[in-house]
Amino acid sequence: MAFTTTVKRSVVGGVALALAGLGISASLAQDEESGRTNLPSIEGEKLLTRLKSPQGHPLKWVVSGFEFRTRDTQALQLDDFSNPAFLWVERGEEAWSTAEGEAGKSCESCHGDVEDSMKGVRAKMPKWSTDKNRPMPLEDKINQCRKERMGAEPWKWESDQMLGMTALIGLQSRGMPVNVNLEAGDMMAWWERGQKLYYTRMGQLDLACANCHEDNNGKYIRADLLSQGQTNGFPTYRLKWQKLGSLHRRFKGCMDQVRAKAYKRGSDEFVALEVYTAWRGSGLSVETPAVRQ
Amino acid sequence: MWKLLRCLAPAALLALGAGAASADSSKSYEIVDGGIPASLTGKPGDPAAGEEAMLNRKLGNCLACHAVTKLKNHPFHGEIGPALDGVADRYSEAQLRLILVNAKQVFDGTMMPAFYKSEGFTRVMDSFAGKSILTAKQVEDVLSYLSTFKEH
Ligand code: HEC
Ligand code: HEC
Repeated sequence: MAFTTTVKRSVVGGVALALAGLGISASLAQDEESGRTNLPSIEGEKLLTRLKSPQGHPLKWVVSGFEFRTRDTQALQLDDFSNPAFLWVERGEEAWSTAEGEAGKSCESCHGDVEDSMKGVRAKMPKWSTDKNRPMPLEDKINQCRKERMGAEPWKWESDQMLGMTALIGLQSRGMPVNVNLEAGDMMAWWERGQKLYYTRMGQLDLACANCHEDNNGKYIRADLLSQGQTNGFPTYRLKWQKLGSLHRRFKGCMDQVRAKAYKRGSDEFVALEVYTAWRGSGLSVETPAVRQ
Repeated sequence: MWKLLRCLAPAALLALGAGAASADSSKSYEIVDGGIPASLTGKPGDPAAGEEAMLNRKLGNCLACHAVTKLKNHPFHGEIGPALDGVADRYSEAQLRLILVNAKQVFDGTMMPAFYKSEGFTRVMDSFAGKSILTAKQVEDVLSYLSTFKEH
């Protein structure tokens, strides 16, 4: 893992310094398959930020939000010491080995080393649960362990604890391709529901996700350069939020913008949308925790 | 060939109760030959107020999607729609009024919001339910400002 707990920064000063520094530690790597140079990398891990879409995909190219951001914002993400999200990763590391709840267990008691046991987990989310008969985002998986195995209180979706844990677990998949399994259970029904939502115009502005992220990505909407709305970087540190935020917070933000009544975090609608949007980003490298404007 | 559209009265009452955030869309208007010939208020608009309504991000926010050379001193012009320079040369006042009121009647499937429509949306936020983005007066104001966008 690129970042270790042995390096501690003071919470406020660290971020300020990091923001001022903006040193790019990223090296330019070569991608053997595409022959493409300039693949970004973090601590030697390459990130695939663009790939040709498979047949039947609504986009010609699948492109990470990373490519739509400024060099300064990219630089923050490409250096773990500058990336403010690592303050939450640290919290996650602490929580990983802290026993909580009636069973007196921590995550570590069951899963051992996070770097081994959680490798690749984020890349497959949301994942079908036979138990619950629905796809589960990472947040639900974490709370399932807390409730059923630790006898601990579930964390709130947007709490610092949950963001820290999803960032820590997500980091263990960084550089691995997004690969959601649509063959399990009823995943295709959820995919279809998500697809329907993606193309439904909503709110007083009467716009669908696709209007902005499929038809107009690469164009400015006022001061914002529209990306494809890919999900591979979440939870993401957003400069505008000055905070790490969940994917469902971002979904809500987009619905707010068009003056639509947003669905709740963790709702079936947002889970369906997460299944569908994850599929749209298949093959992109997980970038958790990404930095966006 | 013309069509009569009617938006119902109760929306106006709701809007009055809810403050200035958004507009009523209570008045009916006639579409004649792809335009709305008559002023929605029966009066001409005020171009200075129109400029303000175009710029305001809670009202027209037209620069979100359109570039306007005249308004270059305001930063961040969007690239979603065509530049509006010279738009009054390309369209009659009646056509421009319909584009503002409901662009979907002019450009099939367009991204441009309908600015004077209060019903028929999906999942509108409670605070905007039953309201249009602009009031009839604001539509006329924006229109009178747009009418100055001439190059010939
Ligand atoms: C009116 C335009 C608009 C609509 C409609 C819209 N978005 Fe967005 N979205 C944005 C903007 C602007 C951003 C920030 C810039 C960017 O990353 O594209 C954004 C960002 C995102 C991101 C973050 C991408 C990243 O790399 O961090 C996701 C995910 C997203 N949108 C998903 C959605 C979904 C799902 C919907 C429909 C529920 C939706 N958006 C509807 C404008 C929109
Ligand atoms: C969310 C995006 C968006 C917003 C906001 C928006 N427009 Fe548009 N507008 C468009 C698009 C896209 C078109 C092109 C029509 C089409 O879809 O083919 C357009 C077309 C137009 C045209 C016709 C231009 C031409 O040369 O054909 C006018 C006039 C216009 N808009 C005025 C406005 C005004 C005035 C406002 C604000 C009150 C506004 N628009 C807000 C997206 C937008």
